[in-house]
Amino acid sequence: MSATVASPEGFQLPAEQRRLVRWTIYIGYFALFAGVAHGFAQALSYAGINILRFFPFLQGYYQGLTAHGVANALFFTFAFSNGFLPLLTSRALARPLKTPLLHASLWTLVVANVLVIFAVSTNRASVLYTSYAPLQAHWTYYLGLVLLVVSSYIAAAHMFILLGGWRKENRGVRIPLLAFISVASYAMWILASLGIAVSFIGFLLPWSLGILERTDPLLNRTLFWLTGHAIVYVWLLPAYISWYALVPRQVGGKLISDPLTRLVFVMFLLLSVPTGFHHQYTDPGISTQMKAFHGLMTFGVFYPSLATAFSVVASLEMGGRNRGGTGVLRWIKKLPWDDPSVAAQLLAMFTFVFGGITGLINASYIVNQVVHNTAWIPGHFHMTVGSAVALTLMGIAYWLIPYLTDRKLWGRKLAVAQSWFYTVGVLIFARGMISGGLDGMPRRTFIAEASYTKDSWALAGALTGIGGTLMTIGALLFFVVIGMTIWKGQKGEGPKDIPFAHALLPASENRWDVKLDRLGLWFLVAVLLVVIAYGPFFLGYLPPHLVSPGFRIF
Amino acid sequence: MTMRIERYEKAFLGVGAGMLVIFLLALGFTSISMGINLPGRAGEIDPASVRAIPPFNNPGVRELGPGRYEVVMVASAWAFQPNEIRVPAGSEVTFMATTTDVIHGLHVDGTLVNMMLIPGQVSRNTYRFDEPGEHLMVCHEFCGVGHHIMSGKVVVE
Repeated sequence: MSATVASPEGFQLPAEQRRLVRWTIYIGYFALFAGVAHGFAQALSYAGINILRFFPFLQGYYQGLTAHGVANALFFTFAFSNGFLPLLTSRALARPLKTPLLHASLWTLVVANVLVIFAVSTNRASVLYTSYAPLQAHWTYYLGLVLLVVSSYIAAAHMFILLGGWRKENRGVRIPLLAFISVASYAMWILASLGIAVSFIGFLLPWSLGILERTDPLLNRTLFWLTGHAIVYVWLLPAYISWYALVPRQVGGKLISDPLTRLVFVMFLLLSVPTGFHHQYTDPGISTQMKAFHGLMTFGVFYPSLATAFSVVASLEMGGRNRGGTGVLRWIKKLPWDDPSVAAQLLAMFTFVFGGITGLINASYIVNQVVHNTAWIPGHFHMTVGSAVALTLMGIAYWLIPYLTDRKLWGRKLAVAQSWFYTVGVLIFARGMISGGLDGMPRRTFIAEASYTKDSWALAGALTGIGGTLMTIGALLFFVVIGMTIWKGQKGEGPKDIPFAHALLPASENRWDVKLDRLGLWFLVAVLLVVIAYGPFFLGYLPPHLVSPGFRIF
Repeated sequence: MTMRIERYEKAFLGVGAGMLVIFLLALGFTSISMGINLPGRAGEIDPASVRAIPPFNNPGVRELGPGRYEVVMVASAWAFQPNEIRVPAGSEVTFMATTTDVIHGLHVDGTLVNMMLIPGQVSRNTYRFDEPGEHLMVCHEFCGVGHHIMSGKVVVE
């Protein structure tokens, strides 16, 4: 069996469920739209241009920066995954979703959004998405983010229930790959999210309500980063799922190896979380030995991405050659660049090369002191979450929205142009940010109005502004294409199934890779690794040092 | 076809693993042989009484010995104290810093002086300023509405 799904011949999701999945994802697009608008203002600020007065609800730069981070990095990504991953699981297992759970996840997400929009738009929560205490936001902000996580738990539980039901009826059968990697991604998130769950529910929410008078800044920061590095893989893995299991089909190739793909996702489950201290290399209060250990683990979690680079490019090459491509690299031209879904994702992979390299530099222990909290960091992560993920999710949308609405994609050529605008934009933007960062330009700073500057920042700032403008145009074109597809796309002309690939090397029935399906066991190993990586710190540090009252100086 | 891909894959992953090991060895070597360190555990302090506790009751630059200086720094929204530091070229300078209110950052442009200042914790790291010149010093963690006016300078004479 080479298919990555059960019942490859066809499976129809009920119309009602498609509608709910669609609306979950639309919420993500609303968030993305709001986030992008603020991002434009921030990019221009680096170029010395202040356009904040054109934002009617905005009282300051950092309020907009909070909106940008929360909307793009949290609501957009999780709304998408909350719809997309259960959909893939359902399709892969050929079992319909549970309508009440779709409702529950969607409405929790809606309430989460309303609370956070209230807190942020009234300037009660301009603490940036990292929510570092003792800057104190209004309780609606913390509660809204807790509910966002709850909505993702409902989506995760939904997938576990589907998989459990399927396994009961299919004892001894290998889990279809597409279901395995979808479930593994959110299983990792369950473990990763423990940090912010404890921080928000145990400390920040009661503190914002006045139940706790003081809080512990270092402990909350550490709990945030326990979740905060793994969360970037939660954003990334839906993109990897598409690159592994869907894009090969779209380019006419195959997924290279089912066992290796499963192994990569198990490695992400194991290694994503015990790495958080590499975000705290320059923090006081954490021993350098623990930091070095997390650095080592971070190099470890780079490895499954290396394996991904090989597998995905091999799939692409196979597709390119099947389409008549030749030569060492000339097959790249034969890939279906005129398919907007493919073009967006190929460009996303390309920018991710630079995102990965700069990420490894960040993880490099003492080297981190050169770049920490400079503009280099947003330069880096706009090439990971800001393009590898964002562009891939846009690329997926170009078949997913037609599939969910049963409408033909509107403006195919415009959609192709969209991803080029965005890619060229992000590369120029990141070039600006990265060079500015190496030249000492801080991140998270209203550069246009700063009391200090350096002459040599002018070029870096200008590139950031120009690149950010192109990115904004690219993102707006995305909304035009998706909006017009929903409104005017030809009815009845959408794709009838998702583009799942077949595997060149399928799952075995009796070799080593059978053990990979024991997700419960791997989850326990992952818990053990987190205990090893964080245990010594907590043992030496607890009880909490409740030293800080709340500060609302934003 | 499958076999050939598997062979290439082994080679790719082998070279990748080797590369990561070399990077790690290089990092370990530079950290140990060149004495470049990250900040670690350097003590705890009550943020509300920072200004009463030595050495933070007397922020400033002091000479510890020939070519060795200590900078005791207190950060609060939105200023560093001291905000101008003067040391002779070739000095080895130990920064001891903390904050009285929210999280701040301390970054001296063009150097490895890059640390977080977290309420309740003392941050410490040492850096050798070899060349004369002037370095911009900024708070590089968001600390409220005045974050972008929080800066100073280090002058190496």
